[in-house]
Amino acid sequence: MLKVLESAVPVECWSCSVAHNELTLFCPHCSKIQPPQEGNYFSVFSLQPRLNIDVEALEHEFHRLSRRLHPDRFARASENEQEWSLADTALLNDAYRTLKDPIRRTEYLLKLHGAEIGEEHAGKNRRPNEMGASRAPADLLEEVFDLNMQLEEMRLAKAGGEEDSSLKQSLTEAKTKFEGLLNAVDGELHTQWSAWDEGDEAARHDAQNKMVALLDRRRYLSNLVREVNETLGA
Amino acid sequence: MADGRVVGIDLGTTNSLVAYMEGEKPVVIPGVDGSNLVPSVVALDPMPKDGGRPTVTVGNSARKALIETPERAIYSVKRLMGRGLGEIQQELKLFPFRIADDVEEGEVPRIQLGEMKFTLPEISAYVLRQLKRNAERFFGTPVKQAVITVPAYFNDAQRQATKDAGRMAGLEVLRLVNEPTAAALAYGLDRRKEGTIAVYDLGGGTFDISILKLRDGIFEVQSTNGDTHLGGDDIDNLLVAIALDEIYSENGVDLRREPSAVQAIRKAAIEAKIRLSSEPSAHFDIELPNGDRYQREIPREVFDQLIEPVLDRTTGPCRQAMQDAGVTPEQLDEVVLVGGSTRIPAVRQLVDNLFELSARGKKAHTDLNPDEVVALGAAVQADILAGASKATEELLLLDVTPLSLGIEALGGTVAKIIQRNSTIPASATEHFTTGVDGQTNVAIHVVQGERELAADCRSLARFDLKGIPPMPAGLPRIEVKFLIDADGILQVSAREQRSGQQAQIEVKATYGLTDEQVESMILESFDHAEEDFAKRLLIEARNEAETILAAVERAPQHPAWNQLNEQEQTNIVAARDHLVAVKQGDDMKAIREGTTALDQATRHFAELMMEEAVSTAIRGKTMQAAGDDLDENVTAPHPMAPAEFK
Repeated sequence: MLKVLESAVPVECWSCSVAHNELTLFCPHCSKIQPPQEGNYFSVFSLQPRLNIDVEALEHEFHRLSRRLHPDRFARASENEQEWSLADTALLNDAYRTLKDPIRRTEYLLKLHGAEIGEEHAGKNRRPNEMGASRAPADLLEEVFDLNMQLEEMRLAKAGGEEDSSLKQSLTEAKTKFEGLLNAVDGELHTQWSAWDEGDEAARHDAQNKMVALLDRRRYLSNLVREVNETLGA
Repeated sequence: MADGRVVGIDLGTTNSLVAYMEGEKPVVIPGVDGSNLVPSVVALDPMPKDGGRPTVTVGNSARKALIETPERAIYSVKRLMGRGLGEIQQELKLFPFRIADDVEEGEVPRIQLGEMKFTLPEISAYVLRQLKRNAERFFGTPVKQAVITVPAYFNDAQRQATKDAGRMAGLEVLRLVNEPTAAALAYGLDRRKEGTIAVYDLGGGTFDISILKLRDGIFEVQSTNGDTHLGGDDIDNLLVAIALDEIYSENGVDLRREPSAVQAIRKAAIEAKIRLSSEPSAHFDIELPNGDRYQREIPREVFDQLIEPVLDRTTGPCRQAMQDAGVTPEQLDEVVLVGGSTRIPAVRQLVDNLFELSARGKKAHTDLNPDEVVALGAAVQADILAGASKATEELLLLDVTPLSLGIEALGGTVAKIIQRNSTIPASATEHFTTGVDGQTNVAIHVVQGERELAADCRSLARFDLKGIPPMPAGLPRIEVKFLIDADGILQVSAREQRSGQQAQIEVKATYGLTDEQVESMILESFDHAEEDFAKRLLIEARNEAETILAAVERAPQHPAWNQLNEQEQTNIVAARDHLVAVKQGDDMKAIREGTTALDQATRHFAELMMEEAVSTAIRGKTMQAAGDDLDENVTAPHPMAPAEFK
């Protein structure tokens, strides 16, 4: 059963009027759907906020909850129930989409704990290309500089209809290298997950800072790999 | 609470169907003529002499009007649904109908049909109403709720327009279902398999590819892609263009501006295309206006080469869909073919190569009729929504939004807030603030698409957040919630968080109708009066009988009559006399049976009449007026389907 973990207040079921102590999505007494409550993505799945997640179990739970909550199950129900089912299912889908993906899950959890993540400054006054990922990591400055030169050369060559195979090869090598770095970042992130999940407050704080930096680096690297792929493929 | 049956409707570019669950099996409901397919053609009968509204006919009977009175008939409306005036004008260069003269930029486009004007959803509503009536005839009870299918790649405006059409037809649309997903449901029903499947859906006008994961009765779409302007029409256009070019260069006859001639060539092209799906070669033979004949033998190899560029356009979307779903061809357990165009051997070959089927000892699934499978799936989904059915209680469809949703940001760029292929319903919450002290409203532009610039995406709506309490710039915090519902349609709500005030939101959809407009376009109200439902069915049965009797009355004057043999003529007269007799009574069923019998008896005669009309048309005798009525921009007007010519 869905529940919100914090601040449970007794509420009365709109349908059977029996009070229940936990803020559940379904009345424990008559099983009717209840108005949506504020909750986070972890609480949707009755999970503690953790970074190591059993994704297989998550999928299973997603399917189980979908069967009960989906608007298809309420096509002929009252207007209120239809509305709640829609809101609850949207929350469920958003939660599943975020938690099943390791990077999104990490970003989300860190954000819940007050971290500022590059992509999080969403809104009207934002340019997609200026999302905090434009600064190269210090240790990679030189290589990135070289790579950008080669990318520019490659684009010029392509525009001129030429095929420079040695340039192509060196770009492919660079790509492999940066993909390797990307994998390394993922490995480090994984280590920090456990540090966060199992550590005390000080250890969590430390892991959090490391993960924020790793996510920045990761975003930079994956943009770079994508750019190389686009230039090679275009 | 609403009750009664929920039907599944496939509202197609070329044909439409209605189906329902008969126990554990979905079946298509035939129309009065016994045919499962209702051509998506709407025609206006001649203006009545008393000055009332002319009758609207739909389907096979309307098809005749395409040749006889093309200015009063319309088809392929699905290609125009949910599009703006400019886009429609562009598209209409290929159609023999046109937008009403008094429509201005920013207004809802209306199509001129004879002396009347219709919005596009209204025209689709007539097709839907016909399907609704077919279902009501079949059940003998009113039908008020339906599931309607749409191409998976339809955007918000196209979906909304389809839903509006349902409402106008007197149907509560319980759900819009994506066509490939519906097909998967129809296939999955008797298989109950697990695994990953791809649905390749190439229809008359649209192409969709969807990749789904099946597990414990849950059909979870992983990704979808497509092209809402790619289908069998494009193949027909190619053949027609080549024929016209060759006729011009070899016979010196320019038929490009003769709508009825183009129509006749198109008919021959479609027939050749269909024959080439089962035979190694097809013969193309047309009599030209000057009496010459244009004859061609088209071997399948030539045909395959010809259509390769069209078919190749489906590979990009397929690859993208696989990439988005994170699967490689060898991870696909099954591939399902949907849509009439997948009967073409070259299409099957392409699918086989693309998904490495033969190489893995597999074959694409084609066992359900590709014309019917979508409607059958819609019936399954209708049964799921109706609830309380053993056959479908374990099934659930989880679909995705085909296009990313974004907001126009500084510099005209797009900030994506819901990514494509997100499971729906999906939501996103964004916060907005003011840029100037005391500012009381904020404008938001919502777009749909994958491109980086808002101008290259599809404009969905402009919202004005009003009533923000005057505060220093940057202080207000307006929370806007975007929600894509289970139909793939956007809903928006907003509130100002610092003052706790509910910000007013004025949604101005870029394309589409307001609620009031839809309300005012609901088709004749007698469709909603259930108390005299039986009476209505009787009246309809009599009307149907009268229509066919009137046509049969004139038959002996038609030249085609003499081409019938004596037995055929006797049968028609007998069926006619029988129908005249039962029409006097109140037995609705007997009248219907009599009508069906007469329709059967006159089928051959009707075909002869069609052929006659077409061959007269190509000699340019009866159709000259058709071209004159057309807009100057029309380069290749023809009554059956769009063509593209240089």
